[in-house]
Amino acid sequence: MSDTQSPALDQNGVIRVRRSTHSPIYTLVGASILIVLLSVAPWIVPAEFATTLMNFFILVIMATMWNLLAGYAGMVSIGQQAFVGLGAYATLYFALKGMNPFVTIPFAALACGVIAYPVTLLLFRLRGGYFSIATWVVADTAMLIIGTIAVLGGGTGRLMPGLQNLSPSETAHFSYLATWVVALVVVVGTYVLLRSRLGLVLSAIRDNEVAARSAGANVRAARRTVFILAAAGCGAAGAVLAISQPFIQPSNEFNMQWAAEMLFVSMIGGLGTIEGPIIGSIIFFVLQQTLQQEGVWYLVIFGTFAVAVALWQPRGLWGAFRDRFHSELLPVGHWVEGPKGKKRTRTGKS
Amino acid sequence: MSETLLEVRDITIHHGQLCAINDVSFRLGQGEVLAMIGANGAGKSTLLRTLAGLHRPTSGVIEYEGADIVKMSPNKRVEAGISLVPEGRRLFSSMTLEENLKVGAFRAKKGPFNIDRIYELFDWMPERRKQNVWQLSGGEQQAVAIGRALVANPQVLLLDELSLGLAPIIIERIYALVPEIVASGVSILIVEQDVAQGVAVANRVHCLLEGKTSLTGVPSDLTSEQIDRAYFGADLTTVTTESESAE
Amino acid sequence: MIWLNVVIQGVLLGGFYALFACGLSLMFGVLKVINLAHGDMAVVAAYVAVFLTPHLHIPEVWSFLVVVPLFGLIGYVVQRTLIQKSIDRDPFTTLLVTFGLSVVIENILLEAYTANGQTVNIGALITKSWHPTSIIYISYVSLAVLAAAVIVLALLQLFLSYTGTGRLIRAVADDREAAQLSGANYRHIFGVAAAIAFATVALAGIAFGMMTQFAPTSGGVNLLFAFEAVVIGGIGSLWGTLVGGVALGVAQQFGAHLNPQYQVLAGNLLFLLVLAVRPQGLFGKKTALS
Repeated sequence: MSDTQSPALDQNGVIRVRRSTHSPIYTLVGASILIVLLSVAPWIVPAEFATTLMNFFILVIMATMWNLLAGYAGMVSIGQQAFVGLGAYATLYFALKGMNPFVTIPFAALACGVIAYPVTLLLFRLRGGYFSIATWVVADTAMLIIGTIAVLGGGTGRLMPGLQNLSPSETAHFSYLATWVVALVVVVGTYVLLRSRLGLVLSAIRDNEVAARSAGANVRAARRTVFILAAAGCGAAGAVLAISQPFIQPSNEFNMQWAAEMLFVSMIGGLGTIEGPIIGSIIFFVLQQTLQQEGVWYLVIFGTFAVAVALWQPRGLWGAFRDRFHSELLPVGHWVEGPKGKKRTRTGKS
Repeated sequence: MSETLLEVRDITIHHGQLCAINDVSFRLGQGEVLAMIGANGAGKSTLLRTLAGLHRPTSGVIEYEGADIVKMSPNKRVEAGISLVPEGRRLFSSMTLEENLKVGAFRAKKGPFNIDRIYELFDWMPERRKQNVWQLSGGEQQAVAIGRALVANPQVLLLDELSLGLAPIIIERIYALVPEIVASGVSILIVEQDVAQGVAVANRVHCLLEGKTSLTGVPSDLTSEQIDRAYFGADLTTVTTESESAE
Repeated sequence: MIWLNVVIQGVLLGGFYALFACGLSLMFGVLKVINLAHGDMAVVAAYVAVFLTPHLHIPEVWSFLVVVPLFGLIGYVVQRTLIQKSIDRDPFTTLLVTFGLSVVIENILLEAYTANGQTVNIGALITKSWHPTSIIYISYVSLAVLAAAVIVLALLQLFLSYTGTGRLIRAVADDREAAQLSGANYRHIFGVAAAIAFATVALAGIAFGMMTQFAPTSGGVNLLFAFEAVVIGGIGSLWGTLVGGVALGVAQQFGAHLNPQYQVLAGNLLFLLVLAVRPQGLFGKKTALS
């Protein structure tokens, strides 16, 4: 997809179709500054804040993947924690075999992608809510099976090997960098994906599956691809999670809490946008830090907020912002400018 | 001119962005049979669904017994006396023949029709009443659908494409019932692609072409050429339009 | 002989699962929605029975007489307000909203009552059981729950088959628009179906509390089993749900007999097997399949 305007309608400048409503220069400059700042963060901010940032990145990775599944491919999964856990345990497995934990990250992601394929063969027999609960069964099963494997720590868990040679600050810095790099790769990768042909196919499927099918889109293959990619992404999140919290146990890596967080964050931030999961994650962390002393009330508030958003502002906060101010940071749809003003083509569930 | 039961004025109905019915007006009087004829896509079924309450018009007035019913929900319209026999029968596939009729009778008003009367009207039904409806033939299913709507004792019966998917002889048998239904005090608005049947059974005819009225009149006053022209659009007799912008 | 006991325990457990699941099955059949908060309603009912009905001077063992109708009412109201609003948007929203509700409810319970296990006090009844042979034992409570499940399912089936409202519910499940055209107020019917679902699951929750300990997360765990029971038995069939529940119960008991760690896993594997080999379940219609 190119950034050119549609030539046929442009003679009188009456209707133009564009990717972005403002020059991409702003986004590029802003992003570059941010990237530089975040890369040097561990050396300039207090260690506690760096840890928070790390957890923030992990949440962004998971939320971006969940958003890809639900907001673009229309699959509501409440079992992505399966792949978070499998990614963490893949990392543990490779580390036990002698590999440097940081090097295992891409392999853990790959392993999850590979496992995801046969899982789709089962899951894709169901639709809607039944698909969702089935993803949960898969996650539960994965957790239970891993829990029976003694060498991986069984039900009680074990420490990740290979990190003991480094000093605590080195570990912290490398963990941070690894997490940051993975987050960057995942977000940029998703952006690139959604601007590609596959992204267009996904939008078509989401808007009208029958029409997309009859226009030649291979719906099943597109969905399968997205599911596998999302599994790999969550696997990568699990890998960096395992490195940053090196005591690996099934109840943590396969925690249902990840599912809740991914879902709430994406919903509040805005489904079907790249910025949404990021915005949602920011809000989540602000809320969590503020209400840290109150136990799990932050989750109650966040959940209630997510429900309210679903019912009354389904495009989420970023979606509302985008519709109001007609601008996006990371454009993946198209803007149609006609005589009556700008209108964005519908690419989000409303 | 009989007393007006249902009056529709300047109604426009959209299906998403598509304009299905454009500025149509008509009335149905007491004891009348009005046939809406037109080709596929003329907007007839959308019109009936709107009259039944399943769809909202974009603009216009629907008056029943003098009151505006545009905001009335479908089930309230049934209680008021408007019943639709929908396109494609839409029977309750997990239920028996009798159960389908019982559902129709649940909110029935007082009137000449009850389940026993339906069994008189269709004498094959009593012995098959415990059969599941998917075991019935197309014509039999159509009869059950009509029975289900009648048993509520409507004043206005809306019939959508009765002939769809049925053999000619079955269609004739079903249409033969129309006079008997009217005689029991029901006014009928019938939508049909089959022009001959529609015209044969109607007191008045209203032809739609691409959502607009193309011809109205009494069958005995209209020639078959007039009807053909109105149906196919070679010549719009009543409505003048500018060329429309393409969708 | 030991295997016979395993099967019997499985059947008893299956009765409970069926009771828990019939509301889920009904809501899916009629409203076409999965209520992900279904399991949590059961737990809330159990907490109400333990902590709130004593204020009414009712012994906990009889609390269900008050709690079940109460939850029926709550179900009707929640359906006509919250759930209907999300249905009006799309099924996607309904999943998200009910999931959100589930998380919110579980965490509120966690804050209010901590993660400690609770039970519904039924006095000495908990220990009483029947020993036809030295190996087979049937606890009175489990037997009562199985009996309750069968009675509830039978009553529900009678209601759906022979009453006017029951017929309307089936009509709405078959074809909502056609039911509207026959005079049914479908929102009210949805409310009735939800009321039945909430009432039955409340009963199941109290039964659970009588049989074993419960905690805020128990709802989620049982929802998983309920869902598995529905899929194994066949989506769209009430008696299928009973059979599915029993099949699941038996599978779990077999797993537990081999190794207590394998109990839940055995059930999950059965579910995945059914999904692979016969996705519509044992008695199911193909409504939830792609």
